[in-house]
Amino acid sequence: MPYKLTVNGQSKTVDTPPDMPLLWVLRDVLNMKGTKFGCGIGQCGACTVQIGGQARRACQTQISAVNAPITTIEGLSADGSHPLQKAWLEVDVPQCGYCQAGQLMSAAALLASKPKPTDADIDQAMTGNVCRCGTYLRIREAIHLAANGGRKA
Amino acid sequence: METKTKQLNRRSFIKISALAGGGILIGFYTENGLLAQQRGAAPPVTPINPNTYIKVHPDNTFTIVAKNPETGQGIRNSLPTIVADEFDVDWNQVKIEQSDRDDKYARDMGAPTVGQREGGSTATPQNYQPMRNVGATARAMMVAAAAKRWNVPAAELTTGSGVVTHTPSKRTATYASLAETALNMPVPELSTVKLKDPKDFKIIGKGTPGVDNFAIVTGKPAFSIDVNSPDMLFAVYEKCPVFGGKVMSANLDEIKKLPGVKHAFIVDAPPLRPAPAPGAPPAGPNVNWASGVAIVADNWWLANNARKSLKVVWDEGPVASQSSAGYLAQGKQLASTQASQTPAGGGPRSAKDGDAEAAFKTAAKIVEAEYSFPLLSHAPLEPQNSTAHYKDGKLEIWSPSQTPEIFNAAVPAGIPNSDVTFHLVRAGGGFGRRLYNEYDIEVSKIARLVSDERAKAGLPSVPVKLLWTREDDMRHDDYRPAGFHYFKAGLDASGKLMAFRDYVASHGSTSVIPANEFPRGHVANFWVSEGQITPYGIPTGALRAPGTNGVSFVMQSFIDEIAHAAGKDPLQYRLDLLANPTAPVPAFTQVSFGAPFNPQRAIGVLETVRDMSDWKNRRDKLPKGTGLGVAFQFAHSGYVAYVVEVAVTAEKKLKVNKVWSAIDIGSQTVNPTHATNLVQGGFIEAMSHMMAWEITIDQGRVVQSNFDKYQPTRMRNAPASIEVKFLKTDFTPTGLGEPSLPPAVPAISNAIFAATGIRIRSLPIVSQGYTWT
Repeated sequence: MPYKLTVNGQSKTVDTPPDMPLLWVLRDVLNMKGTKFGCGIGQCGACTVQIGGQARRACQTQISAVNAPITTIEGLSADGSHPLQKAWLEVDVPQCGYCQAGQLMSAAALLASKPKPTDADIDQAMTGNVCRCGTYLRIREAIHLAANGGRKA
Repeated sequence: METKTKQLNRRSFIKISALAGGGILIGFYTENGLLAQQRGAAPPVTPINPNTYIKVHPDNTFTIVAKNPETGQGIRNSLPTIVADEFDVDWNQVKIEQSDRDDKYARDMGAPTVGQREGGSTATPQNYQPMRNVGATARAMMVAAAAKRWNVPAAELTTGSGVVTHTPSKRTATYASLAETALNMPVPELSTVKLKDPKDFKIIGKGTPGVDNFAIVTGKPAFSIDVNSPDMLFAVYEKCPVFGGKVMSANLDEIKKLPGVKHAFIVDAPPLRPAPAPGAPPAGPNVNWASGVAIVADNWWLANNARKSLKVVWDEGPVASQSSAGYLAQGKQLASTQASQTPAGGGPRSAKDGDAEAAFKTAAKIVEAEYSFPLLSHAPLEPQNSTAHYKDGKLEIWSPSQTPEIFNAAVPAGIPNSDVTFHLVRAGGGFGRRLYNEYDIEVSKIARLVSDERAKAGLPSVPVKLLWTREDDMRHDDYRPAGFHYFKAGLDASGKLMAFRDYVASHGSTSVIPANEFPRGHVANFWVSEGQITPYGIPTGALRAPGTNGVSFVMQSFIDEIAHAAGKDPLQYRLDLLANPTAPVPAFTQVSFGAPFNPQRAIGVLETVRDMSDWKNRRDKLPKGTGLGVAFQFAHSGYVAYVVEVAVTAEKKLKVNKVWSAIDIGSQTVNPTHATNLVQGGFIEAMSHMMAWEITIDQGRVVQSNFDKYQPTRMRNAPASIEVKFLKTDFTPTGLGEPSLPPAVPAISNAIFAATGIRIRSLPIVSQGYTWT
């Protein structure tokens, strides 16, 4: 079935089965590889995107249920200029890096609703995003850095 | 093209040539370093073939090859930074180019044929010196070119930022402007090349952010799973849930009618190969090649969806009668019947100093305890995958392997090794899982069969991407082996350790037998022996810090019990043992690649972490329900000690408050920012081992299948801080991927004891009622 989507501000039409998860529409139909597959059951957060500004698990979202504009890691900014991307580069967050797109999308949704989050806010918002390498301390630091306009607290 | 080749010494060569479009390429042949030579590595397969190069571009930027697989350990940074620093260019002038897998990198220790390998924390110790030689030799060539051009002594020239300067005459020349002169000059003897004094390093030891960070934070395709081609097909591969099971039949005709499905076929397992002659490299795949059903479709979701309709008749084989409960029962039975017997032969997996049995009879105090730890799955976040294209008798493969063995592609595709092109692609975590490359084998076989079917139908060949589900990965891993330990210790009236006994029931070749483990050499009567649980049908393998990742938990916890029984401070008790050796300890066989245990280095990290954590004062002032734990470990040539502060509620809710760690990996930490990250990550991983990770076997199959039943540490569990301090000692720099993990587990469990008086003797603790706060 044809579905009309808005992805990172651009209109896209895809022809897929209605139950195809948004994750696989993004990755294999639209060839946008930034959104990652980790578990397929909404446990790890590697596939986190924003739908209507809310952090959502793309592996758990059927294409037929998408009813608002989508933002993916590619839409956070292509040139790395988003404050969170800059903070991630500054703090040197990644180890393997595989979870970081999902981490960034959850963090961006957090900062949109809470521009100055506490550690407790961060724990709450980010706990659905697994980092198997264990970069949580740097993720916390980078979120605070971005929230402080790039200045160390 | 003008090319010069010069033999530098028996094992190093330089080749310098002009680049199309300007600039030069300086190619070097380097063999793996110190450790490989100590171990008598085989001579290179292809001599005089440069494997490490620097390209000097006309705009005075430089390309440096990164040869090893990158899975998050940071090697794509650290080896090129060593070259760049000695070459004396700025890091922002450098671009990194990942090399393909190639025989010219010679053979690495522990790997049958490949010198580009991630495993055993070996890349730094093997490559540190060769990479310095490469950079310094290239720098010497630039200096010689400037000396010739200006007709001045080379000794009057200095370098920096890719520029040669002659201060007396105030002349400067970029490396790029000197390239053509360098091309026509004799290349220097290695013996004449001066290395930097480490205090002059500008990049090594300063910290360089990950070279792929920008691609990662902007969502550019950077990982193996992201490999793409417009005509690509996507595969899934269904294997028997019971290890060793085989496909008898499947409803392939129905599957082929499903939406998007292009191919569906059974892949038979080949007959088992005879083991290679002792010392000979294996000629074929290094892992089990399991039979299964391949489904290939237009996109991966359609291929995986078709599995829901797949009906397979399996021959489950003999492993279907095995279970975790049975393994544990056999371990206990072995301990009760064999623990008092001296094993025949001895050898590296058992050890006996003095007479522990006799000493127990005279001991003032006896401490006994049973410990165990479970099978673990690696669970890197990127599920296993690989992409292959079989075309005209040749195969091209893009793999996330830690051990890119070419025969894993060639043998299943039915072609010679020479017809394989093997690309190394960044992997979303390794942890040892990608030492075992079933996915390379499977995709090569599937790509061959797909191309053959397409050729018959008059269709062109296409690349095929195989992607496992999370469930495939958790059910078909090479698991960290479980271990069952039966301890006994004897103390004299003063609390001094007189005798130490460990009987270990385990299985598999990735040893959990701590034959040479501390306190060996620090107690007069020491006896470790083992019994094998058989039959054992579960594949086991190396997980980050193989051996010590489980052994550290049991040994460092039991040492803590002994200190408690002696009424001593557990940190000081360890220091006292370390300071009083009773005998030299033979070199470890598996965990340190030949390096002997150095008690002074263990003392160094323990004293440092004691001071960092203000151990004594903090311990005295802790509120009820809060405790400090300590542990140290010698693992994979590195020394690590932790102090951990935890809080535990009456409801067994656990919080790790703060962590301090001291690390000794020698004279130089190549990339401190990533090294710190690896230590903190090793601790976070240990929290998963501690709290929740366990693979159980029921009827020959894995019970857990996804993160819902195999919970990793999450953000809200992470401690407020993990302080990391690297000691600078006079020893050769060694690797850090593995050493940070093992002692973190007992440091936490010892802290739980300090907080509650409850001793943790088996993992994970979620099955003992604990949860994170």
